[in-house]
This record gives sequence, structure tokens and C-alpha cells, in this order.
Amino acid sequence: MATAAKSDATRRDFLYIATGAVGAVAAASAVWPLIDQMNPDASTLALASIEFDLSPIEVGQMVTIKWRGLPVFVRNRTEAEVESAKTVPLDELRDPETDEARTKSGHENWLIMLASCTHLGCIPTANAGDYTVVSSNGNQGGWFCPCHGSHYDTAGRIRKGPAPKNLVVPPYAFLSDTTVQIG
Amino acid sequence: MALTHNSEKYDPKNPALKWFNDRLPLLSFGKEHFVDFPTPKNLNYWWTFGMILALCLGVQIVTGIILAMHFTPHVDLAFNSVEHIRRDVNWGRIIQGTHAVGASMFFFAVYVHIFRGLFYGSYKAPREVLWMLGVIIFLLMMATAFMGYVLPWGQMSFWAATVITNIFAAIPLVGEPILQWLRGGFAVDNATLNRFFSLHYLLPFVIAAVVMLHIWALHIPGNGNPTGVEPKDSHDTVPFTPYATIKDLFAVSVFLIPFAWFVFFAPDILGHPDNYIMANSQVTPPHIVPEWYFLPFYAILRAIDFNILFIDSKLGGVIFFAGSILILFFLPWLDVSKVRSGSFRPMFRIFFWVFVLDFLLLMYLGAQPAEGIYVTLAKVATAYYFLHFLVILPVVSRIETPKPLPTSISEAVLAKPA
Repeated sequence: MATAAKSDATRRDFLYIATGAVGAVAAASAVWPLIDQMNPDASTLALASIEFDLSPIEVGQMVTIKWRGLPVFVRNRTEAEVESAKTVPLDELRDPETDEARTKSGHENWLIMLASCTHLGCIPTANAGDYTVVSSNGNQGGWFCPCHGSHYDTAGRIRKGPAPKNLVVPPYAFLSDTTVQIG
Repeated sequence: MALTHNSEKYDPKNPALKWFNDRLPLLSFGKEHFVDFPTPKNLNYWWTFGMILALCLGVQIVTGIILAMHFTPHVDLAFNSVEHIRRDVNWGRIIQGTHAVGASMFFFAVYVHIFRGLFYGSYKAPREVLWMLGVIIFLLMMATAFMGYVLPWGQMSFWAATVITNIFAAIPLVGEPILQWLRGGFAVDNATLNRFFSLHYLLPFVIAAVVMLHIWALHIPGNGNPTGVEPKDSHDTVPFTPYATIKDLFAVSVFLIPFAWFVFFAPDILGHPDNYIMANSQVTPPHIVPEWYFLPFYAILRAIDFNILFIDSKLGGVIFFAGSILILFFLPWLDVSKVRSGSFRPMFRIFFWVFVLDFLLLMYLGAQPAEGIYVTLAKVATAYYFLHFLVILPVVSRIETPKPLPTSISEAVLAKPA
């Protein structure tokens, strides 16, 4: 009796569980497109790479360009800015990175990075904050995020405030001395 | 407990109604829960905010459905379509103003409702699930209000969307994919605006559903009351209608006076001038401030500007930000006092008011620039916020000697000097 009941139950249970399992897999596969449709679409992904001409940007100037919908800082740094960035001891940094690692060799004056504070994504204000180089021509370099008070130095490295990381350097390459490709 | 006054089963005399009620007892259900329902007779005006909140939800849904008839969820058109509503659409100025001001009034009422619950121990057994459903409603309200604020596509809309979605990027490993999934792109853009419109339309109905569960959970034990002593017999209660309904209606009328004043005379005073500049992804306004009702939590978010062990400052801020609300779920087990009402808890009531001041201080600090003394004060106020729940309430509820409780609601009511 007990054996019969047990074997019956096992067979039924197997069918119930197998049916339920197939149903669960089917439901999950049906739901996936409904979730994945929210990911960046083909037209957004198509904007992944741009070329940019650097020649109009004078020393000490910065422009903000758009890449994948995000603003990107392109700064032609003064010698004082580069000097200030290179002399910082690495153990003073929250996210240690040398100035050389954030620029391309032979083009150290060019600083290219996402204009998006690594805290919550506001655009930092240039030539501001506690790590700007004060000169007779006014403040040079350094960034301050007005949203939550993060200070970045002349290499865009986080020095003070809530942001955890340095401003992100996107993948880019110099195609010639005056042209870069970002992305 | 025989609490009901007219507890005999409702039986419609009209044959057609009787026929219907026998098949779907909607009429007896309505009479039981909205007419006869026994309500403590000592409820004060702090208890009218439940009805005020129901009104607020109704106003937001009705005005929102109307606004959706005239609004265009597209990055090039959204900003102008809101201006179109305010200038061209018949009565649009009033309807849009009511919806925008209504959000603020809704949050004002919900804060009163929550603090009433905190003072009178409304979260204590057997009302823990009722309380937790309330916290869920509050979270849903915050999500709905945030997404609604993005729709006019002004500068504050855009940067609020950027900053708040960025919170999810703090999640380790999966943060960045989740961020792109939420935004539908690498930055906040048209895809983001469209989905926020869709979800902003959906969530109020989810709120309405949870409100029904909230009321269901309320109708199991019945209302709490200012003494915290449960009703013992029908002398302690009055029927919901007319006693509570008419009192609620009066409170609603008073509530509508400032509401109407804002709508008619100062519909923008609670907002920010920057939101009348169309969204620009290349320029962050110099001073980003959320709407007033998010300020305390915003102050907590940005108070954490230092790493905590292996947790970086960004994730730390998000943990404290989320924790400041999620901690409410655990409140029924943090405060172990058997006495519900703060009126009979001499130590608790002092700390309650200090906590109210701390909350208001955080609200003030959230609107100030993130520099100097404000940063220090925000850290102190944030620490106190968590101390209140994690240390003060558990300790106070164990060491304080409560005042003697009245034996019944009737005794408490009759003992009051005339």
C-alpha cells in the first residue's frame, strides 16, 4: 500500500514538476525580450566612434564635444597644469593614476575625458576647485562639480569630495598631430 | 469583540438591489467597511490625513490623465508641450498647476501621516504589515514623483534624471549595465523620457492597488488612536459614517485652502526657475537641488563623501540613502516598548521631537551648497538620523518607565477636563 502510493506519487510528481519547469523556462524566455528592449537600441549604439580636429584649440582652452550622447572635455593644458599634475605624489590620490597614464605620450598637453562626474554624473565646472593652478591669467585647469562638491586636479583626478574615481578617459587615438578619434 | 453598532447583516429592501447583493455582496461590503466600521471615538485631526492622502492620489490621477492628453513625450517637444498646456489648452494653466502643486501637497500630507504614525506607535503589533505597506506606498510615491518631474524636460528635469539614474551605477559589477538599461542609452535621452512617461502613467495605479491592501490591513485590527489603548467595546467607538467621514471631509476642506492658494497664486513657487530652461545635456546648472520633499534624503546621499573600508564614497552614499527609508521596515522590531502612544512615553516623546528637528535640519541642508559647514552639519544630522532608529529607540524602549495608561478610550475621553 505504502509502496504503491509512493510509486504513484513519484510518477505524478515527475509529470507535474516537469510540466511546471518547462512552463517556467517558457515564461522566462518570453519575458526576456520585454526586459531587453529597454537596453540601448541600434541607433544609439551606431554613434560609438567620432573624429575630432584639435587645431583650433589654443593652449589653455577647452572645448566640450558630444560622444555617444555624453559630453567630453578636450583640454589643451598649459605647461603649469601639466607640471602641477606630474608633481603630485601618488599616495595622495584616492584613485592613484599617473598623469602619463591619463594622456598619450608626445601629446601630454591634451587631456581628453568624459565630462561626467564619477559621483552622480553632473558636468564639472572647469578652471575651478581647490586644485586649479592660480596664475596671473586667472585659474587654469582643475574641475569642481557643483552638484555635490567633488574637486578634480589638472589631470582630472579626484582629490576631494564624494566622487570615488578619476574622470574617465575614453578610448581614443591620435590619427595625426591634430586629429583624434574617440571611441 | 463586538464592536460594531449596526452589526446585523445588511439586507437591501429593494428587490433589484437584493438580487444583485445576493450574487455580489458589494452593498453589504460597502456598508460594513465604509459606514458601520467601528472607529475609535477619540481620533484627533492627525488621523484625517489618511483621507486627505486618498484625495491627493485621486487628484493626481485625474489631472494626470488629462495632462497626458496634451503632453508629447519627445526630447524636442516635451518642454514646449508643457508650455502649450499652460498657455493654450482650455483650463490647462489650472490643471497643470494642480498636478504640479498636488505633488507637493501629497508629500506634505504623507509626511504628516508618517510622523503621526511614528509618534503614536502605529507601526506596533498587530499593525506591522499595515505600516510596511505604507512604506512601500511611500517608495512608490517617490519613484512616481521623480519620473513625473523629468517629463517637462527642463534643466532640473534632465539633471535630476542623470543624477538619480546614476545612483544605480554605484551597484558593484552590474551597476553600469543596469544604468544603460534604465536609460536606454549611454546618457539620459529620448528613450529615457519615453519610458519615464510610460511608467509615470502606470505607477499611480500600482499605488492605488497597494493603498487598497493598506486599507485592508487597517480594517483587520481597526484604527489605532491617540491613547494607544485598543477599543474594548462599542462605547469606545463610533461608526465610520458619519462621524469619521464628515470630520475627514472638513479636514480635506481646510487642506484644500493652501492647496488652492498655491495653484491660483503661486503655482511655481515650490519649483525651481532652472526648470524653465529647456534640458541641455552639455550644461549642468550651477546648483542642482531636488524638489523640497526629497531634500532630507538628498542631504543623506551627499553627506557620505568618504570611503568606508572597501565601500567607496559613492556606494556608501547610496547605501545610506536607501537605508534611511528601508530602516522604516524594521521599525516595529527596533522599538520594543509595549506602550504605543508617545503621549505616555516621557523619554520617547523628547527624542521624537529631536528626530523631527533632525529631519527638518536635513531638509534645510539638502538645499544648501555642498561645502564648508553645511557638509559637516549634514554628516552630524545623518549620523543622528540612524542613531535614532538603531540606538535611541531600542535603548529608550527598554529603559523608560511609561506613564499609567487609561483603562479604556471612554475613560480617557471622560477624564479630560471640560
